[in-house]
Amino acid sequence: MIKFIFKAILRDKNRSLLPIIVISIGVFLTIALSGYIKGVFGDMIDQTARFNTGHVKIMSKAYAENKDQIPNDLALMDARELTTSLKTDFPTFTWVNRIRFGGLLDATDGNGGSKGQGPAAGMAIEIYSEPSQEVERLNIPNAIVTGAVPSKSGEALIGHEFANKLGVKVGDEITYMGTTMNGAMTFESLTISGTVRFGISAMDKGMIIIDIADVRKMLDMQDATGEILGYSKDELYFDEVARKVSNTFNAKYIDNTDEYAPIMLPLSAQNSMGSYLEMVDSFSSLFIIIFIVIMSIVLWNTGLIGGLRRYQEFGIRIALGEEKGHIYKTLIYEAIAIGTIGSVSGTILGVLLTLFMQKHGIDISGMMENATMMMPSVMKSKFTPELLYIGFIPGLFAMVIGNMLSGIGIYKRETATLFKELEI
Amino acid sequence: MHYLLTIAMLVCVSPSLFAQDAAGIIKKVDDNMISETQIMVSEMVIHGKRNNRVVTSKGYSEGRFKSFTEYLAPDREKGIKMLKLENNLWIYSPSTDRTIQLSGHMLRQSVMGSDLSYEDMMEDRKLMDMYNAKVTGEEVIDSRKTWVLQLNAKVDDVAYDSRKIWVDQERYVPLKEELYAKSNRNRQWPCYGGSPLKEELYAKSGQLLKKTVMSDIKKIDGRWYPTTLNYKDMLKDGKGTDFIVKEIRFNEPIPEYIFSKASLKK
Repeated sequence: MIKFIFKAILRDKNRSLLPIIVISIGVFLTIALSGYIKGVFGDMIDQTARFNTGHVKIMSKAYAENKDQIPNDLALMDARELTTSLKTDFPTFTWVNRIRFGGLLDATDGNGGSKGQGPAAGMAIEIYSEPSQEVERLNIPNAIVTGAVPSKSGEALIGHEFANKLGVKVGDEITYMGTTMNGAMTFESLTISGTVRFGISAMDKGMIIIDIADVRKMLDMQDATGEILGYSKDELYFDEVARKVSNTFNAKYIDNTDEYAPIMLPLSAQNSMGSYLEMVDSFSSLFIIIFIVIMSIVLWNTGLIGGLRRYQEFGIRIALGEEKGHIYKTLIYEAIAIGTIGSVSGTILGVLLTLFMQKHGIDISGMMENATMMMPSVMKSKFTPELLYIGFIPGLFAMVIGNMLSGIGIYKRETATLFKELEI
Repeated sequence: MHYLLTIAMLVCVSPSLFAQDAAGIIKKVDDNMISETQIMVSEMVIHGKRNNRVVTSKGYSEGRFKSFTEYLAPDREKGIKMLKLENNLWIYSPSTDRTIQLSGHMLRQSVMGSDLSYEDMMEDRKLMDMYNAKVTGEEVIDSRKTWVLQLNAKVDDVAYDSRKIWVDQERYVPLKEELYAKSNRNRQWPCYGGSPLKEELYAKSGQLLKKTVMSDIKKIDGRWYPTTLNYKDMLKDGKGTDFIVKEIRFNEPIPEYIFSKASLKK
């Protein structure tokens, strides 16, 4: 039977070619667009996780309430002990300390005056004082435009455009002026070890990166940290895992009324990222629904045209005594076979384009010159295993549903009028 | 009839009398608070969320354009100096041996984590030069009778668009002050017949930014002066910052070199 259907499909190309093309295009578009959306949104989420939220983040409750103001006076104390216990309790995560801070950078003109000045957004990370993957996680080696990663105390990286604005280069001295954790005024002379460009305008124009040991000294934050960030060891974010880890950690402090007690938040609970993640899923679902509806209508129409073309064939088959149900069944089998061929070819094409776009992407850096959003400058697709079925199943269903709808006409044929219809 | 005429005349004349009174009051307040020169040793108690800090400083000021402050304690701040000339502010840090000039929005930053901004520290003009005053009522604060004055800016370059001050009726010293952001405008709605409604409706867009409470009023060199001031930044949590005058001298000559950039590094 199956062999018979395949022979029919191959021999009567008018019956199969158009549906196969339509399904292939539909499946291809679904996979390519889903992969692109997942890639672009995924990159933005990944970038946010690397630079800002982590997969999970621990702060003091008071700090978390005002985290946009970077209130280091409300920072976590006993950071070393807490980090050690996190490493023991949640070994599938990597834990790192970070301090975000603000202040003023002033470039000396060599005569005690200033040649440039600007507000800076600072980030203290574990560069050389602690063994960590922070430098790689932030993609600093690739982001360096001039100079190198700080290797000793007193060195700092600054945004390339920021350096240009201040009129400084690698090796020059700058002065940081800010406020310590206790509110005291602090000044620190720093040497520029390198300039970086992340492709994120807000960072390139005002970022300074210093080793956390230097910043602790500078801001009187010995054994304190603004944030402890956790990353799953495979660097992939899974919301359920992050939520589970957060719930387990927070359960330990549920009865602690101290406003400085730590609280862990998964990525999805920070910076409105939860709605962002939901939006990504909604977009994918929306694509599939639109695809199924449109494809069903198109294939129904194709089936109707095919039905009209095969009107005579069905009539003869009924006249020869073939059951209407059997004809309908063979029509559905044909639809499954055609749907499978179309879906497979569409999936192959869609996955190939996704893999190509995953490697090369679309460079939008030209449009990002004045952007202040944290988003990647090259929009890339992302291949995920679900792409293998996300278009295939709807492609198959659309073909079958289309044929089921158009095939209903078979049951409306009357044997008594067949000979008249067939003009025999 | 005579009785009615007297009332009518009083109603017509009283606003100008009030205005004159208000101007007279703030002139007397200025006479108490502002001097040609001032040398002051003060303590700033900054109430943080986790701890309190006491910062001691010695300040010199001359007129409205020159002031110099040297921080004496604690060790972290010791030796930091600030110089204000006209609208410029320089800060010297002994740890880096650098002098940094602050300008623009940086002047709105908090000084040493306190509830005072650099702009607040720099603002020492006479009230009568900056604001139009109006007496809006009377209140008793800590058993002292006060006038409540509404001050609205008459010049553009003021840090606060309007102020409300409670002035001791006997000593002419403010006991309380509220500072408001720009666009706190009092609107009068015209009523039918052309005359304004008696009540004023406030457009509440001007936010209360800071509140100051003055206490420990002492007579120093023949003038009344508050020696303890609590500044409260209303946009921040906490108990505010206490500014305690430990020693103050008025109208003493100050050597000119004090107000030079060279004195920052001395």
